Amino acid sequence: MQRSDYLLSQLDVLEAESIHIFREVAAEFERPVLLFSGGKDSLVMLRLAEKAFWPAPIPFPVLHVDTGHNFPEVIEFRDRRVAELGVRLVVASVQDAIDAGTVVEQKGRRASRNRLQIAPLLEAIEEHRFDAAFGGARRDEEKARAKERVVSFRDEFGQWDPKNQRPELWNLFNTRIEQGEHVRVFPLSNWTELDIWDYVRREDLALPSIYFAHSRRVFERDGLLLDAETGFANRGDDEPEFAATVRYRTVGDASCTGAVKSSAVTLDEVIEEIAATRITERGQTRADDRTSEAAMEDRKKEGYF
Amino acid sequence: MAGTEPAGKPMDLLRFATAGSVDDGKSTLIGRLLFDSKSIFEDQLESVERTSTERGEEYTNLALLTDGLRAEREQGITIDVAYRYFATPRRKFIIADTPGHIQYTRNMVTGASTADLAIILVDARKGILEQSRRHAFLTTLLQVPHLVVAINKMDLVGYDRAVYEQIVDEFTAFASKLEVTDLTFIPISALHGDNVVERSVNMSWYEGSSLLHHLEHVHIASDRNLIDVRFPVQYVIRPHASTDPDLHDYRGYAGQVAGGVLKPGDEVVHLPSGLTTTITHIDGPNGPVDAAFSPMSVTLRLADDIDISRGDMIARPNNRPEVAQDLDAMVCWMTPDRTLAPRTRLVIKHTTRTAKTMVKDLHYRLDVNTLHRDEQAASLGLNEIGRVSLRVTQPLFVDDYGRNRLTGGFILIDEATGNTVAAGMILGAR
Repeated sequence: MQRSDYLLSQLDVLEAESIHIFREVAAEFERPVLLFSGGKDSLVMLRLAEKAFWPAPIPFPVLHVDTGHNFPEVIEFRDRRVAELGVRLVVASVQDAIDAGTVVEQKGRRASRNRLQIAPLLEAIEEHRFDAAFGGARRDEEKARAKERVVSFRDEFGQWDPKNQRPELWNLFNTRIEQGEHVRVFPLSNWTELDIWDYVRREDLALPSIYFAHSRRVFERDGLLLDAETGFANRGDDEPEFAATVRYRTVGDASCTGAVKSSAVTLDEVIEEIAATRITERGQTRADDRTSEAAMEDRKKEGYF
Repeated sequence: MAGTEPAGKPMDLLRFATAGSVDDGKSTLIGRLLFDSKSIFEDQLESVERTSTERGEEYTNLALLTDGLRAEREQGITIDVAYRYFATPRRKFIIADTPGHIQYTRNMVTGASTADLAIILVDARKGILEQSRRHAFLTTLLQVPHLVVAINKMDLVGYDRAVYEQIVDEFTAFASKLEVTDLTFIPISALHGDNVVERSVNMSWYEGSSLLHHLEHVHIASDRNLIDVRFPVQYVIRPHASTDPDLHDYRGYAGQVAGGVLKPGDEVVHLPSGLTTTITHIDGPNGPVDAAFSPMSVTLRLADDIDISRGDMIARPNNRPEVAQDLDAMVCWMTPDRTLAPRTRLVIKHTTRTAKTMVKDLHYRLDVNTLHRDEQAASLGLNEIGRVSLRVTQPLFVDDYGRNRLTGGFILIDEATGNTVAAGMILGAR
């Protein structure tokens, strides 16, 4: 990496920017937390956090909002990674919130626990008095996220006001909040999906197995291939299941995250497919974003990731 | 889509800001850059086409790609800076797409603060307008190193060389009043693609490169300040609880290099103490490095045990920033909630240091369209720019903004609301 012309590759620049963000927030907030799903973006986040504070340990816990509708491979992976890093894991459970009556499970075939994550997430932030929550959202993912700040203010109800955001200039971040308020912090704001994969390859990061092609029983709904093995997607009798060779492009709630047909079993093959794809990652894999043009914006205003 | 990082020459990153309104064809231009670099995806295009059809628009409105908020789509305007990403095999690009109207000056200032290059769109039929001059002024105020004036809609003036040259002359005359370091003119038709990605066959008289070719090749490596060593201390790393005896005495000063080149063995000075010491190690994100420069995030280890904390600065003994509590600066006021006037008390955030500050004086308000200085002005309102003197409660380690954007820029925060209310560019220190 030493070159006489002092040049950095774009991945080095993105890495430096993300590390700067991690350190700035760790320095200016008392109780940060890193939102961790076990997906590729949150694994990249963990690696960046590791580098930001090395050789000291990561100075904050990780929080997983558990919908109860998980892919078992991902939970297993989460536990292994957390143990390796020696960080504290806090789990906010959607099932617990349903049992406690805080949220009500949706009815019907398309019932999803995706939106139900908001309440347990905000409750965990309140209970643990977290004042900054790192999220892995990227601006290239979705058009409401394209307007998101790196350090994004949330009021005491956890709400986002997209029309009244703090301007962000240079590498200066405004970290002022009052008690009860918090910020969401997005160190991967300027990364694209392909950057994430390139970084996974460069850093030789291990990923949950469902990111690679495997045989799975699935069924088709609204053009998405939904999982038929975990039983979370409420498959109807008119939705026949079949075996297919698939991989996941994103990892989310098993009830609404679609798989893509693929034979890519290695990282290089996956990257080749991603580089050639003509469909966005959320458009291809997330039933929840297809509800309306502003589905993400509406969820985010309520306090979603 | 390009963008993977194969062995060989690494891809670098160019950030550019675009200024203009929908009428100038800005969205069409961005849409074309994204489309021709295969960075628009089918589902995005379908969504935009569907919405355009539902609204009864006869063409696909590419502005819908960047206008991400419900209110923006409903009102058909761009309210906020939108960031878009695309890549060619040579470079990755981050576009800060900013609305061009005067009521969004703060958005353009924000987008320009990190830009390596700015594109100003001019409608060939209309020539240089008030807003073109405003965009050029803001670009130079924020010291964006490279400026491209894209003279658009050349198809509507018959690809006439004389029209192009008249605009070039007029703009050049105006730009001579500003500090423009690198100015490039490109005649284009965003709608038809002339000189956007490929050289136009309709304008053989134009001998320069296409816009994309220019974006791919413009030399940005030397825009950074590689001379004045500036390392604002951001975070102190002390893994003292570690069971590893080697780490017990580890004490590292983490931060992002704001200027110069730091190397192990270099003698450095710590501010505010003025004590000198030597860099023993520089830890980068992938292990030890033998040089650190902007924008690297690294951790310095020093030979002597000096009391160093966040907000301090590391520099060279013979090349130090100004240590100052009295600053002169240009500020852009960014809130409608209140105004800036003498005696206004605020919080200043500069590099990694935050302090209280008071406005001592408002020297003048600048008309961003005419550059006229109103010395009678008593206050600055939303989107207004003026020259102020500030008194800060503790010393800041500053450079003129023209010398270093990272040690010369600051934000002002209103303590009552917590909002960022101004951006400032330091002109001098006392």
